[in-house]
Amino acid sequence: MENLIEIKGVTHAYKTKAGPLPVLDDLNIAIPEGKFCAVVGPSGCGKSTLTRLIAGLMFPDTGEVWLHGQIVKSPRKTVGMAFQNPVLLEWRTILQNVVLPLEIVAPGMPKRQKEARAMELLALVGLEGFEHKRPSELSGGMRQRASLCRSLVHKPEVLILDEPFGALDAFTREDLWQTMHELRAEEPFTGLLITHDLRESVYLADQVVVLSGRPATTQYVMDIPMPSPRPINMLYEPDAVEKLARLRREIEIAQGRVPAEGGA
Amino acid sequence: MSINWQKILTPILGLAVFAILWEALVWYMGWPTFKMAAPSDIWPAFLRFQPLFYEYGWQTLWRTVVGLGLAVVVGTLLGMIMGLSRVMNDALYPLLVGFNAIPKATVVPVVALMFVGQHDFNTILVAFMISFFPIAVSVAIGLSTLEPEYRDILRSLGASRFTVFWKIALPKTLPEFFGALKVAVTLAFIGTNLVEIITPHGRGLGHLFQSAQINSDFPLMFAVLIALAILGIVLYYVVVALERIFAGWAERSPT
Ligand SMILES: Nc1ncnc2c1ncn2[C@@H]1O[C@H](COP(=O)(O)OP(=O)(O)OP(=O)(O)O)[C@@H](O)[C@H]1O
Ligand SMILES: [Mg+2]
Repeated sequence: MENLIEIKGVTHAYKTKAGPLPVLDDLNIAIPEGKFCAVVGPSGCGKSTLTRLIAGLMFPDTGEVWLHGQIVKSPRKTVGMAFQNPVLLEWRTILQNVVLPLEIVAPGMPKRQKEARAMELLALVGLEGFEHKRPSELSGGMRQRASLCRSLVHKPEVLILDEPFGALDAFTREDLWQTMHELRAEEPFTGLLITHDLRESVYLADQVVVLSGRPATTQYVMDIPMPSPRPINMLYEPDAVEKLARLRREIEIAQGRVPAEGGA
Repeated sequence: MSINWQKILTPILGLAVFAILWEALVWYMGWPTFKMAAPSDIWPAFLRFQPLFYEYGWQTLWRTVVGLGLAVVVGTLLGMIMGLSRVMNDALYPLLVGFNAIPKATVVPVVALMFVGQHDFNTILVAFMISFFPIAVSVAIGLSTLEPEYRDILRSLGASRFTVFWKIALPKTLPEFFGALKVAVTLAFIGTNLVEIITPHGRGLGHLFQSAQINSDFPLMFAVLIALAILGIVLYYVVVALERIFAGWAERSPT
């Protein structure tokens, strides 16, 4: 299968007052079309930077970011993004918020059609009946659902999620994991998920990438060969427990708490 | 929706009690009108000069509104420049602060000398100068504190800087803008009156106040004060109404 996202030897440093701050160092990630990749790594190692490079909001110092067989040189309409903060626009209703990307990507589309498309997604995530509410009238979990709808409304090829469930309580989070699988089943996309939650990465992804501490390199890649809608119980099967233990060890290595030789 | 009588009647009652106490005080102390006017003297004073009140009131009003309008345009532009460019912010901020620190009463004679006889222009200029600062600062702060994620949701789709400004940054700063506008409208009103009082032959309600003072016409002075208060209240609530319309979403319903 073709790799839809390919990060090839990407190195990046921020220019700060104290001199260059290397953030990514020879990073390599390949995500096949339709697959979901979770990226975990120590806090501040450069995960959000990676998402901005893939979205074309920034460009690497060296190395290349490929999307659908082309080097990323500018932002693209085929990308959807969601963040830990749902960043909904308070002056718009939920429906108007979800429609927003279509106003940029498909300005010519009739309003009815845009709203019909948005309603489709809102129904999928269980927000039917809330479309005319303001974001401030919704709970945190509902806002994050709306934010997910907004990131998918223009049918992006690539969905980039930067810790979207990080601020939610455990039950809401598991609910939303379920929703993610349902969304994937409904309209396939290639996904990159940044997360701090190892269970989340194993439950949602087809591939988990562990980044080392800053500057981040690809430290470890784990495949999760499971079909996309999966029962949440899979997390308690021995296979998954073993995978979680392995990932935890890798994170500890990345954090520098355990020497690399001590692993495996 | 039913009319909230309590909300309407309470302030009226408050006003009435205030007027009665005032009247009683003047009556009890036996003050003559050249020392202190009672509410019952004010209405006749108003009736005597009624046409002047309308003419001058209108003058004060439109000068204030034009000055404020100018402040909105220039203040918003300045705020945009400062909010969107770090360099321009560093360059302009000290200048603005310094300019704002000058007591505006000292500016009035300078302006009056620079543009002798241009009463309308002078008044509008001072109203503008005194009121654009809070607008510029609030717009600048609103724009520069926009979280990067808000920009990124549109920029990641290839939206232009202008689109991001128009769809996100501008509406997001509206609550701050109206907060500043409420301050600015009061300041512009002060500016207008300052000029009308200080410069001779300026007309406007300030001028009427000035001539009343020269003639020691206390009832007329109070009548002008009350007319000014009414104008000020009207101006303020016009801004509040505009805020409800354009930034009503920022108001949280009481819980
Ligand atoms: N615009 C910037 N200018 C300079 N340094 C930056 C900038 N953005 C991020 N950094 C630095 O780069 C490093 C990586 O930041 P990044 O946001 O990519 O980390 P992260 O892995 O997403 O962290 P977290 O897990 O806490 O979200 C951090 O040390 C941060 O301080
Ligand atoms: Mg981050």
